[in-house]
Amino acid sequence: MRKPKLAVWKFSSCDGCQLSLLDCEDELLAVAGAVDIAYFLEATRARLRGPYDLSLVEGSITTPEEAERIRKVRSQSRFLVTIGACATSGGIQALRNFADVDAFARAVYAHPEYLDTLATATAIQDHVPVDFELRGCPVNKHQLLEVVNATLNGRRPNIPDHSQCVECKRHGTVCVLVAHGTPCLGPVTQAGCGNLCPACSRGCYGCFGPKEAPNTAALSAKLGAEGLGGRAIGHLYSTFNANAPAFREESQKHE
Amino acid sequence: MSERSGTRTIKVDALARVEGEGALYLRVKDGAIRDLKFRIFEPPRFFEALLAGRGYAEAPDITARICGICPVAYILSSSHAMEQALGIRVTGPLRDLRRLLYCGEWIESHVLHAAMLHAPDFLGLDDALQIAERDPQLVRTALRLKKLGNEILEVVGGRAVHPVNTRVGGFYRAPGRARVRALASELEWALEASTTLLRAFAGFDFPDYTHDYTCVSLRHPDEYAITEGRLVSNRGMDIAIDTFLDHFGEEHVAHSNALHGYLGAGEPYLVGPIARYNNNFDQLTPLAQGAAREAGLGPVVNNPYQSLLVRLVETLYACEEALRLVRAYEEPDASCVEAAPRAGVGHGCTEAPRGICYHRYALDETGHILEARIIPPTSQNQKQIEDDLRGVVAQNLALPDEQLKLRCEQTIRNYDPCISCATHFLELTVDRE
Ligand code: SF4
Ligand code: SF4
Repeated sequence: MRKPKLAVWKFSSCDGCQLSLLDCEDELLAVAGAVDIAYFLEATRARLRGPYDLSLVEGSITTPEEAERIRKVRSQSRFLVTIGACATSGGIQALRNFADVDAFARAVYAHPEYLDTLATATAIQDHVPVDFELRGCPVNKHQLLEVVNATLNGRRPNIPDHSQCVECKRHGTVCVLVAHGTPCLGPVTQAGCGNLCPACSRGCYGCFGPKEAPNTAALSAKLGAEGLGGRAIGHLYSTFNANAPAFREESQKHE
Repeated sequence: MSERSGTRTIKVDALARVEGEGALYLRVKDGAIRDLKFRIFEPPRFFEALLAGRGYAEAPDITARICGICPVAYILSSSHAMEQALGIRVTGPLRDLRRLLYCGEWIESHVLHAAMLHAPDFLGLDDALQIAERDPQLVRTALRLKKLGNEILEVVGGRAVHPVNTRVGGFYRAPGRARVRALASELEWALEASTTLLRAFAGFDFPDYTHDYTCVSLRHPDEYAITEGRLVSNRGMDIAIDTFLDHFGEEHVAHSNALHGYLGAGEPYLVGPIARYNNNFDQLTPLAQGAAREAGLGPVVNNPYQSLLVRLVETLYACEEALRLVRAYEEPDASCVEAAPRAGVGHGCTEAPRGICYHRYALDETGHILEARIIPPTSQNQKQIEDDLRGVVAQNLALPDEQLKLRCEQTIRNYDPCISCATHFLELTVDRE
């Protein structure tokens, strides 16, 4: 039987999500045995022509060239899965969406006229249809393997969509918000990281993005009652998923 | 590739096995290089601008996202800068824990680059998977070693890519003694494993090219510098990191989205494994020095292709150092040094796996960032990469196009360029007239 073709594409990003695939040290050789790695620039010079059975897409769209290229990737891909916050909501670079990108360019580069950049950083789904979105900044490598496995076997990936709070209860982690008054986005953030921050006595900063129908208003009220000021509340929502609608709307209430 | 009436054009759409998107343009006429540009077209992400107005405590997590391969470099350079601005110092066991975390990043990044990204060049293969077909044991050893680097990052930092447990002042929670000490047995194995990889790679055929580099690195009085020190060069420079901007500059050239770093009046310089090794060889452990000698390296390396071996010498060193730190680890009384916000300016500079990573921040009285400046290693190496390419191409014009192209790619990969850092798809175009 023909092996399925896997492709990994990069747009504006830090490479952390595709690195998570190379970080599957125990599974990497088995994965490479089960699929043809048809395109994965960070790992290999070898390149096979499309169409591809599964395309993993990292990064957000920030240049006219990227907006063009994602259409080509989509047209060559049977399944297209976005990996990480950049590809799923725009990532940290989407903070430019709330600012003047020309002023940003002038602040960093001596010759902004050399740059060819868009005013916004946007999610892949804002440009082409996406079959599945995997959250995280970065993605969790076990979830990544599950998505690859499920997609290639024609089933829906088993990725829970409950909140980070549920994970804390499941792990028996003491609630940092209730017990210590530590600001935490856990109640409104989708689970999946493996309960990392609260287990370090740290509040969740929302790197997996908003859960389904999050009650951000109630959380903000609680954060305010804990003494967090307006700007600080806004900043809490506007980091790695600043452009995810639920987080965007809430942060704009706390300018 | 085409050859007609004296004009030869080589075009490669993408350079692989680098971290990021870039291109090389090369024009040769009458046997001489007319134009050579190493182009980085990784889109700009404007980190310095988007940091303005954010709280000092946010900088480590935000700047970590500049690069998924060396987040610890960004976390610690920015944390140090903030600590200086706020007037606190992280010493003793917390400093040791940071050094241990950094050893994890060196091991993970060096092994990834040496075994998976660079080694295939020396074997004429496309990737490490093809190496695995010939020598599965070698690749399994490399993967296990890389995994150990990631385990250190997870135990100390809470996550391998973009650690969550680090903060300005130290850590959110000090890792438990038992978990840290449990790393010891795998680290003992790793001393043997990194030596095995070094021996295997020492047998490669290294292209005959040398250059008298200006090597810039940190140097610390008591240790092989990783997290702090003074900035030194093999030409006698010895300065405090606070004066970095007085000695180094950056220019924005039309062909690249990464700023080009330069020294003094515009000279290229080298940062990274070879620079550190040449400046600080005397501070490597006897085991690492011995392994280097056995691999055929003297105390000064000036063949850039041998950076592959130097990375493994540093991997061995990092394993030994991590073992020492793990064995001595006791849980500290406090997981961090608390700081109160105040106005100030701070500088931070640490040795990312690919070279020095410099940060400077100015804070207002509430601890919010007024101004940020970040100079990552790859932009500092860019001018030197172009310089090397010019030398290598001039020496190898007789090679057929395909081989010349490979040699250029290999030369770029000597630098483990992290193009995501520098501001990835490397496109190589060669025009021969
Ligand atoms: S989502 Fe986060 S880890 Fe993934 S590529 Fe973007 S910045 Fe990097
Ligand atoms: S707890 Fe929240 S911020 Fe921390 S890793 Fe998990 S999702 Fe990300």
